[in-house]
Amino acid sequence: MSDHDTDDQIEDLPLDALPLDAWHRGRGARMVPFAGYEMPIQYEGIVAEHNWTRENAGLFDVSHMGQLLLSGPDCDAAVEAVLPIDLSTLKLGQQRYSLLLDEDGGVLDDLMISRWPDALYLVVNGATKWDDIGTLREALPDDITLNHLDEHALLALQGPKAADALARHVPGVEALTFMKFGKFKLAGHDVTIARAGYTGEDGFEISLPAAPAAEVADLLCAEPEVKPIGLGARDSLRLEAGLPLYGHDMSPETSPIEAGLVFGINKRRRTEGGFHGADRIIREINEGTARKWVGLCIEGRLPAREGAEVFSGSDRIGTVTSGGFSPTLGAPIAMAYVASQYAATGTALEVEVRGKRLAATVSPTPFVPHRYFRGS
Amino acid sequence: MRYFTDEHEWIDVDGDVATVGITDYAQGQLGDIVFVELPAVGTAIQQGKDAAVVESVKAASDVYAPIDGEVTETNPALEEDPSLVNSAPEGEGWFFKMTIGNAAQLDALMDEAGYKAFIDSL
Repeated sequence: MSDHDTDDQIEDLPLDALPLDAWHRGRGARMVPFAGYEMPIQYEGIVAEHNWTRENAGLFDVSHMGQLLLSGPDCDAAVEAVLPIDLSTLKLGQQRYSLLLDEDGGVLDDLMISRWPDALYLVVNGATKWDDIGTLREALPDDITLNHLDEHALLALQGPKAADALARHVPGVEALTFMKFGKFKLAGHDVTIARAGYTGEDGFEISLPAAPAAEVADLLCAEPEVKPIGLGARDSLRLEAGLPLYGHDMSPETSPIEAGLVFGINKRRRTEGGFHGADRIIREINEGTARKWVGLCIEGRLPAREGAEVFSGSDRIGTVTSGGFSPTLGAPIAMAYVASQYAATGTALEVEVRGKRLAATVSPTPFVPHRYFRGS
Repeated sequence: MRYFTDEHEWIDVDGDVATVGITDYAQGQLGDIVFVELPAVGTAIQQGKDAAVVESVKAASDVYAPIDGEVTETNPALEEDPSLVNSAPEGEGWFFKMTIGNAAQLDALMDEAGYKAFIDSL
C-alpha cells in the first residue's frame, strides 16, 4: 500500500516549526510537510473534523501564511501600481480579496488586504510568501516599508458557532460583519480579528503575537463548540465552498479572469489599468477567455483528483485542478479548467480516472452554500 | 493462518483460497475511505504489483498483491459501504479472494507477531 500523491511536499528544504507545533502534537495531530513547515493534516479524522466545522466551530492554525504590513508616503498609489485594487474604496476596518499578478497577467498569489490605521495589512499564502516579499520589494518604491510579521501567529475560527464561542472572550466581536476587522483584547493580548475565512462558513481570522498563541488556542478549544481542525478538512471545506487554492487552481500559467476571479479586479481598474498584467486582464474581461474554471459534480463515489483529464466525447477539453470527496454531499466534486464552450451549467462531460470514464456535470459553485455573516 | 506484508496488506489462507485486505494500521493511516477499486474476478495478479486502489478523502493509495494468484471473488459490501475498511479492516472490510499461485511466497511474509513488531518499529 502506498500513496499516489505527495501534494505540497517541499522535500528539498529543511522544515520549520510553527509557533503551535508542540500544541498540535500534544493534541494528537498527524504532522505533514506543507509550505515549508510541519503542519497538522488531521487530529481525529478529516471527515469528522469537516463535519464538526460545518455544524459547530473549528480552530485552524494558519500561521504558515505571510502577514505583511506596508506603509510609507503615497502607499496607496504605490500599491495600486502593482495590485488591481481600488484602494480609494477600502475604508479603515475593511478587508478585501486581491491578486498579485505578473507582468503577463499570470497569478503569482492571491491575498487579503485590509486598511489598518497607519498601514495596509496583507495576508498571503505560506508557500509563496518569500517570493511575494521579493516581488513586492522590487515593485514598490524604496520609501515604502514592508514589514513581515514573522513573529505573529494566525488562527482561524470557523463555523456557525464560531461567533458565540469567540464573543465569550472578545465582547463586541459579534458586531463585525463579513470582511470587516477590528483590534481587540483576547486574554489580555492585543489581537486583530477579521470576520473572514476559507471554509464558506461564518468565522474569524485572529492575528496575534506568536508567544501567547498556544494560550489563546487552549482558551478557544476549551469552549464546548470548538475543536482543532487540520489541513485535510481545510482543503475539503474550501473545495465545497468553491474557493480556489493557489498553486493548484491558479498559477502563473492561469489568469484570474479564466479562474472567475474578476471581482478581484476592482471596477475602476478595469477601465484605468495601470497594474501588473493590465493589458491581458482588460482584454480578457472584454473579449472573454478560451477556458474557464468550473465546478464538476461527478457520478458514483470515485473521486477525480488534480490532474485528471476532462473529456467531451473523444475530445480532451480540460483538466481537474482540485478534486475530492465531499463529506457534506457524500459524493465526489471537482474544479476544472474547461474550454469555454463547455463551461455552461448542466453541460455533460466525462472525467478520466485510471482509464475509467466518469460521468460529470458542470455545476454552479459553491457546492455547499456560503453562510457568511453580512449583518442581521 | 494469516500473513502480513510490509506494505500493510493481510492475507488469510484457508485451504486453497486466500482472502486479502489491508490492516488496521493501514486504515488508520489512510483515514476516511470513500471508495475501493477492486480487481475484476479472473484477473491474474502478481506479488508486489498493483491489485486494488483505495481512495480516502485525502488521496488515492495502491494496494499490492501479497502473493501471485488469480482473483476469484471480490467483496460486494465495499461498493455499498467503503467505510467497512475503516470499521472492520481485518474482517468485513476484506477486499478480494484469490487462488494461491505460489505457496512458497507465503513463507516470506510476516505472521501476526512479526507484523506487530514491524509496525511498532515504524
